[in-house]
Amino acid sequence: METIAKQGARVQLQLNGRVREGFAEPRTQLCDFLRHELGATGVHVGCEHGVCGACTVQVDGKSVRSCLMLAVQAQDSRVDTVESLAEGELMSDLQLAFRRNHALQCGFCTAGILMSCAEFLGREPDPTESQVRDMLSGHLCRCTGYTGIVRAVLEVANERKSKNGEK
Amino acid sequence: MKPASFDYVRPTRKAEVLELLSEYGQDARIIAGGQSLMAVLNMRMTQPKLLIDINRVEELHFIEERKNCLAVGAGVPQVELLSWPRISETVPLLALAMPWIGHFQTRNRGTVCGSVAHADPSAELPLCLKTLGGEVVLESRSGSRTVTAEAFFQGILTTDRRPDELLTEVRFPLCKPGTEYRFNEVAMRHGDFAIVSLAAVIGAGTIRLGIGGVADRPVTRDFEPGQDLSAALNETAWSLDAQDDVQATAAYRRQLVRDLGRRLIEEGH
Ligand SMILES: Cc1cc2nc3c(=O)[nH]c(=O)nc-3n(C[C@@H](O)[C@H](O)[C@H](O)COP(=O)(O)OP(=O)(O)OC[C@H]3O[C@@H](n4cnc5c(N)ncnc54)[C@H](O)[C@@H]3O)c2cc1C
Ligand code: FES
Ligand code: FES
Repeated sequence: METIAKQGARVQLQLNGRVREGFAEPRTQLCDFLRHELGATGVHVGCEHGVCGACTVQVDGKSVRSCLMLAVQAQDSRVDTVESLAEGELMSDLQLAFRRNHALQCGFCTAGILMSCAEFLGREPDPTESQVRDMLSGHLCRCTGYTGIVRAVLEVANERKSKNGEK
Repeated sequence: MKPASFDYVRPTRKAEVLELLSEYGQDARIIAGGQSLMAVLNMRMTQPKLLIDINRVEELHFIEERKNCLAVGAGVPQVELLSWPRISETVPLLALAMPWIGHFQTRNRGTVCGSVAHADPSAELPLCLKTLGGEVVLESRSGSRTVTAEAFFQGILTTDRRPDELLTEVRFPLCKPGTEYRFNEVAMRHGDFAIVSLAAVIGAGTIRLGIGGVADRPVTRDFEPGQDLSAALNETAWSLDAQDDVQATAAYRRQLVRDLGRRLIEEGH
């Protein structure tokens, strides 16, 4: 049984494929740990009570709200943030589709939405528009009205389908 | 906001959890999925001395089909029960109701038992458990007891659980042949907490309606086929002590019980 006193301890996890370590008090939310200790500032923090989805990251491959998780709970987990999406110097197909379709304006919501989309498309390679909208219901975007986001997700799904068809 | 300080413990065995609960009682809090508790901690509406994380207790992580029930352990996230291959055959009401719980991102962490322990009056899982006549198992160092859903839910976020008890499993009765299960709800947006949620169980000669989001806990009413349903639903709607809140007026809630209730029973949706 592991106990961490309120003064805190070192927490180790695998961030975007690399083992990283930092200091966290038990009360430190995962989002703050990722931003302040590990420098993953792509994680955005909005409401801090689970409503907006801006802070969404993947923990062991599942999209979760990092404001509703403690850093100490992520000990030894695999955590992926928006920084994991780019392929080297190049943006991923999903990010490019967001740009083409004006799926972002201020971009505050985007990092979280991309992480949900990435998990969702892995599981639903051929989604309907209503499935995409249902997936997006866990995110608030104050700028776009969602239309561009829906279009981007459907477009990238089609793109991947036709690419796989060519092989 | 950020939570106030607390100590954190991550047991790997149920016995350790029960030991800690018996020692700390009111001063400890269980964290399961954290999808309700974290917001409460962040807003400092609760300030426990000790947080007991049950996520790494393997023996609480089970979905078991037994002779009369589907038993779900406290370690099971909602996403796992919803995607369990036999869910539609064993407890079809859950397959209908669970997609309405929050969003897939919150179902990835939120647990089945956590929702029942939290006892939000508009939550879907407590409504299903109550409508189906299910049970919960509560364990403490001094033993284990089984409590019916009827006795367990006692008001807004209030249950029969003692501070030294862990809710270790919930038991949903298995589906009965010749019985139809239906579910519908109205919320501001899909995934938001329900303004009114309704579950119906319709068998040969029996009609049971479960109602969430109106009274201080989920409630059920039994009707007879051939009975004047409109009058009975109207009476039901007035009997629930509906309240006005930021989401909806009491009158709107009563209207939903009448109209959605009739539609669910007579038209099936
Ligand atoms: C954006 C958003 C939308 C949501 N929408 C809905 C919705 O539409 N419908 C709905 O029903 N819920 C909704 N929820 C809440 C739901 O996601 C939670 O999963 C659920 O209410 C609590 O489960 P949990 O495992 O997260 O519990 P936690 O948050 O970890 O715990 C909740 C409470 O139960 C106690 N507890 C948990 N497990 C146990 C146990 N085994 N024994 C004893 N006590 C225990 C905790 O101490 C705490 O007091 C929503 C949440 C969010 C963030
Ligand atoms: S900051 Fe986490 S959901 Fe809003
Ligand atoms: S792009 Fe501004 S909030 Fe979504």
